[in-house]
Amino acid sequence: MSIAEQPPTTETPELKIVKDATCTFCGCVCDDMELTVEDNHITKAKNACVLGKAWFFNHHIEDRPEATIDGQPVTYEAAFDKAAEILFNSKNPLTYGMSDSTSEAQRVAVAITDWIGGNLDTTTSVCHGPSGMAFQGVGEVTCSLGEIKNRADFLIFWGGNPAESHPRHFTRYSLMPKGEFIPKGRKGRTAVLIDVRKTKSAKAANEFLQIKPRSDFELAWAMRALAKGLKIDPKIEEKTGISLETLTDLMDRMKKAKFGVILFGMGLTMTRGKHINTEAVLSLARDMNRHTRWNARALRGHGNVSGADNVVTWSTGYPFGVNLGRGYPRFNPGEFTSSDVLAREEADAALIIASDPMSNFSQPAREHLAKIPSVVLDPKLSDTARTATVAFTTATYGINTPGTVYRMDDVPIPLRPAFESPYKSDYEILKEIERRIRAKQLGV
Amino acid sequence: MMSDIFVLIPGRTSRQGTALNEGKYTDTYKEEITTLLMNAEDMQRLDLETGDRVRMWNEQAEVVVTCKADKGESPPGVLFISYGDISSQLMGGDTHGSGMPTSKGLDVQLAKAE
Ligand code: SF4
Repeated sequence: MSIAEQPPTTETPELKIVKDATCTFCGCVCDDMELTVEDNHITKAKNACVLGKAWFFNHHIEDRPEATIDGQPVTYEAAFDKAAEILFNSKNPLTYGMSDSTSEAQRVAVAITDWIGGNLDTTTSVCHGPSGMAFQGVGEVTCSLGEIKNRADFLIFWGGNPAESHPRHFTRYSLMPKGEFIPKGRKGRTAVLIDVRKTKSAKAANEFLQIKPRSDFELAWAMRALAKGLKIDPKIEEKTGISLETLTDLMDRMKKAKFGVILFGMGLTMTRGKHINTEAVLSLARDMNRHTRWNARALRGHGNVSGADNVVTWSTGYPFGVNLGRGYPRFNPGEFTSSDVLAREEADAALIIASDPMSNFSQPAREHLAKIPSVVLDPKLSDTARTATVAFTTATYGINTPGTVYRMDDVPIPLRPAFESPYKSDYEILKEIERRIRAKQLGV
Repeated sequence: MMSDIFVLIPGRTSRQGTALNEGKYTDTYKEEITTLLMNAEDMQRLDLETGDRVRMWNEQAEVVVTCKADKGESPPGVLFISYGDISSQLMGGDTHGSGMPTSKGLDVQLAKAE
């Protein structure tokens, strides 16, 4: 039954306060929300930033069919059967998305992909996938956001703009808060922003180093050399836009910090060089530990993208870009990652969970995705849902459904939903699809 | 007709983030992802004013967007647009063995739309 067909309720709207709710819009996963819920609408979201408020105020129950096949409304049951049939009959399917879903649902998506021998990939491959490759190459000296809050006296934000993408990062975790060993809060910390553009984050930092486009690797490598006490050619300024004098001064102060952190964004991973850029920055953080404590941490975008990395890693041994076609996991970014299996026209079906590749993948990838049968789960209508063979309207994670998400520092956080949705959760839908696929696979 | 080569940096903005929650089919979201922020000096050199339509292209695609003078964020030669459908059209399918298409720092040509 379509949600619109359900009889109207005559009950008086109840007012509910949900304390310690969790915002899942960005990787900060702030779990100190106080939500006021009136008649299945969130009307107040205390402590939420501008993005969090937009998230809570705009995810109400939309009047859409619970599921569609080729655009026509159908029941959940019919859609489960069709979805299972598509995925079971495919030879080289792709599972993609997952970063705006609970870890419980992510786990079922992994199981489905295992049953059908598909490519398992998440939005990580088009955000910090290169960082995932770099971790494997050079390791990661890192810390939690709690340690940053309590200890960090020197922060370098590199290729990221938290003021706009993670608004409470500064206030809750990194720059402003008073911590156990940083009793003065903001005054007890030095913050440097390294970026090509003088973004809104520059105002919050003590210093802004405006580097030339595509020179992050060279800058990080020069800093590594300085950290090791090697001589640097002053021509570094021609390449990076930053003078040797500025760099030397920065390095001197970095060495004197008690607890330094480099927080890096997609300015590194999405630009030419990709994992090599991140490797350089991770190596710099590692090298600095010869002098004092330094760490590096990626600024992660989607609410549970870190959960996707965790779940895929603990299930398969690798974080993204995994192929399960041979019955055991194989990891190869560039081969089994979504952009590639689609742009090279290799995938013959797709399961897309809470993501919109039809509006943010490359044109060749989008063209192929539009041609193959796909099963799409999304609380909102998107270009990907519009082109889906089977599209499910889902409950919104965190607002309507409980579960677990991982903050950007890999700390798991429980969700406290605000109100119930008439739609099923990703977990419930994926479980039904998995049950059918397993029955087909086992011939029962 | 005058055209120039620029480095395009697609990225997130808070307006894009809030509009995204309202819906990808809202006017605010569409406006946000089709507005190109440019350095004022570059605009002057190309005889452009805020609100002018410009063509932007590379070997992948050609798009038409509205340009707007930025507040000094980008140095000359660098363009900024909110990450979305338009910026993704200019992205190539090749990921150079990384899984990640080059999505920031794209070389593009730009000229006033006739
Ligand atoms: S910083 Fe992120 S998680 Fe926190 S309230 Fe804002 S959008 Fe939500």
